[in-house]
Amino acid sequence: MANVLLEMKNITKTFPGVKALDNVNLQVEEGEIHALVGENGAGKSTLMNVLSGIYPFGTYEGDIIYNGEVCEFHNIKDSEKKGIVIIHQELALIPYMTIGENMFLGNERGKKWNIDWNKTYSEADKYLKMVGLTDSSKTLIKDIGTGKQQLVEIAKALAKNAKLLILDEPTSSLNETDSRALLDLMKEFKKQGMTMIIISHKLNEVSYVADKITIVRDGSTIETLDCKTDEISEDRIIKGMVNRDMTDRFPKRHDVEIGDTLMEVKNWTVYHPEFAERKVVDDVSMYVRKGEVVGIYGLMGAGRTELAMSIFGRSYGVGISGKLILNGKEVVLRSPKQAIEHKLAYVTEDRKGNGLVLTNSIKHNTSLANLKALSTNLVIDKDKEYAVAAEYVSKLKTKTPSVEQLVGNLSGGNQQKVLLAKWMFANPDVLILDEPTRGIDVGAKYEIYCIINDLVAAGKSVVMISSELPEVIGMSDRIYIMNEAKIVGELPASEATQENIMACIVKTGKEG
Amino acid sequence: MTGSKILSFLKKYMMLIALVAVVIFFNIATSGRALYAQNITNLIAQNAYVFVLATGMLLCILTGGNIDLAVGSVVCFAGGVGAIMMDKSIPWPVAVIVMLVMGLLIGMWQGFWIAFVKVPPFIATLAGMLAFRGLANVVMGGFAYSVTDTTYLNIFGGGADCYIPDLFAGIGPALTASDGTVMNKFCLVTGIVAAIAIVIYTFLHRAYLRKNGYKLESLVGTVIKTVIICAAIIWLFYKLSSYKGIPTALIWIGFILGLFAYITTKTTLGRNLYAVGGNEKATRLSGINTKMVMFKAYTLMGLLAGFAGVLNIARFVGAQPTYGMGYEMDAIAACFIGGASAYGGTGSIGGVIIGALMMGVINQGMDIMGTSSNYKLVVKGLVLLLAVFFDVIMKMRKKGGAKA
Repeated sequence: MANVLLEMKNITKTFPGVKALDNVNLQVEEGEIHALVGENGAGKSTLMNVLSGIYPFGTYEGDIIYNGEVCEFHNIKDSEKKGIVIIHQELALIPYMTIGENMFLGNERGKKWNIDWNKTYSEADKYLKMVGLTDSSKTLIKDIGTGKQQLVEIAKALAKNAKLLILDEPTSSLNETDSRALLDLMKEFKKQGMTMIIISHKLNEVSYVADKITIVRDGSTIETLDCKTDEISEDRIIKGMVNRDMTDRFPKRHDVEIGDTLMEVKNWTVYHPEFAERKVVDDVSMYVRKGEVVGIYGLMGAGRTELAMSIFGRSYGVGISGKLILNGKEVVLRSPKQAIEHKLAYVTEDRKGNGLVLTNSIKHNTSLANLKALSTNLVIDKDKEYAVAAEYVSKLKTKTPSVEQLVGNLSGGNQQKVLLAKWMFANPDVLILDEPTRGIDVGAKYEIYCIINDLVAAGKSVVMISSELPEVIGMSDRIYIMNEAKIVGELPASEATQENIMACIVKTGKEG
Repeated sequence: MTGSKILSFLKKYMMLIALVAVVIFFNIATSGRALYAQNITNLIAQNAYVFVLATGMLLCILTGGNIDLAVGSVVCFAGGVGAIMMDKSIPWPVAVIVMLVMGLLIGMWQGFWIAFVKVPPFIATLAGMLAFRGLANVVMGGFAYSVTDTTYLNIFGGGADCYIPDLFAGIGPALTASDGTVMNKFCLVTGIVAAIAIVIYTFLHRAYLRKNGYKLESLVGTVIKTVIICAAIIWLFYKLSSYKGIPTALIWIGFILGLFAYITTKTTLGRNLYAVGGNEKATRLSGINTKMVMFKAYTLMGLLAGFAGVLNIARFVGAQPTYGMGYEMDAIAACFIGGASAYGGTGSIGGVIIGALMMGVINQGMDIMGTSSNYKLVVKGLVLLLAVFFDVIMKMRKKGGAKA
């Protein structure tokens, strides 16, 4: 048996209100490719952030034993000194700098006050060759594709003398060929003695490249499968990933009558706003009826948010084509304003970035999307506004001292309720909820589910986008499954199980 | 009061307390001369442009810390054109309208580039600062023009008689101030009436809130606040009445501040300004045309710059190609001293008043003390830095408190 290079022992990490990691153990042997798999939010990235010192020593419990010694990493520099280098899912390259400048950013060659550019570029070329790139290191990052950028990231890691390389979803933005090339490169590095940890959703890739697979679920490591001794199948991995009890986490919906189709999209296609040749939504058709909760399940980057935002007054994407039919009539919505006028609402997944004005009060956030209803001749009736905000605070059980409280001071769950209040006050017929329970605790989740039930009971339609399988299954009447910009399956709630939804995704991943 | 309450009180009224402290300091340092009635009157007349420009600047800053560097040049350009028109015997109302329309059009011009073409505001308005200064020189041909129309001067706060005359002069006995000057009774009465009006409004509003079951501030707090405000107003008008009465500039300042206090707090446009500055994406996704909001902010800024031009040529009884230099910086500084955030989304007209007064008081206090004007700039700079420093400190405290 080879040396154990890294051991993480009893790691526990808590965020305010959430236990992100609970007594996690991980062992990585020298010279192996170790895969971490699990659902979004299971704790994989948190674990790697603990390892690389992004969450510094002291903010978590447990020990990191690397190369036989207990380590205390206070920042990324500490872990990089030991040869632990992490490559994040979002590429951290600066577009208007050259490959060479990026590669040695913060790690410059030469002296602090006198950078040795000749050395920089000659070394950069050397590392580029190691990852199989023939481009000059003086090329600007913006001029090479994402596949090559990912390789530059790896070259950058090599330049830091990486012994343990952590790749977080390295293929999520790559096409099939580039992905395969990257995985082969990983195998090549393994032969040369490099140890790697890969985080991935794509189980076919994991089984192609990994020696061992550790499954993370709800902040705990469930099991480690050894590809040499255990029988590995994707079904086996999926079972580990999703197997958990689902009793009473979702409130029952009573006797909601499902009526006519309220919203329908046909052959909806959207292109990426920056990489105009990339389709982010590909020929999607779907519908939602009155009183119905329709779930859209897909992993991050599947195109769910892009679909929702492009429907909502073209607030995302370019080259949008397809039909949008509301209440039986085809409409063209060119701005969020028009979408709201047509009684459509989009409750964003990114409540801080796209949803709320954190420096404003609950009151002002609640009224923002529908100031018209509160004003005559552009003058706001502030007393009425106060009353409306107070009404929603009590209706949604938002915990706050008053409606004058700044939204930035509220907890995630309460912020989500303010965001919902804002869109409920806009009085839509169709609500698209994008990850409505992301990053909030179990109790608040339950309350949000109750609100969703109330909405459909009042005759609204809800489209719920989520990457949490139990939530989708527990809440939806019907489920669409999205993967790689396409709808790859549609299941009624009665037939939906975690296994067959995952199977839909894995199947298409293989074909593509 | 508990510790956290004291802290939040301090945070809320920090700059007001600082302003009072600065006033007291200068009053002592100048052995009481700083608060002479004439000096207070001058303070208002001299700083009218700061109030007006800072009001417009606040709108721009609210949209995301964006500033308008061109306002000084616009003041000079619009004022120059107005002065030339009056020099050519064109009636003053026409000149005023032309100056306002010029400001409006310039605001729209800059708003167009910033909001729709997405030229960064700093650059678009830097361009404006250069170009409009140049145009001012072109139209004036390097010459100074004087304004002689006394009606114009009286209305817009220039010359010797730019005060509301004592309409009650013949009624009742003549009042004399401690230094023997005859007091302007109309001015005094106006102050008292204003104070009474505020008291009545405050309590009517409370009754209305109670009737409809809305949340009330504590009675003690309301009474203290009202008493302080009324005392300040009566004191100010008492001082003014013992010089020449209400300066017409004060009327204009009051009108502009009142109008924009209303716009920022009570209208959808005001709400949109705060929302865009707080989170532009979220605002756009709430169905608000954020480009239009930016455009309107700069348009109003232009209009106000035009109006500052009107006041400026009255105050200086003429126009010169160098007028208005550095005005943009005074306006920007007043906003930030008054607590506006450099990232947008927070700030208020109340803050603008405090910021502008702070700048004015320091300017004038040091003048009276006879300090060199070079040091004045140093002090103003340091005050700006200090004000924002306190703001940052207070915010950090609050965050630290929330974590613990």
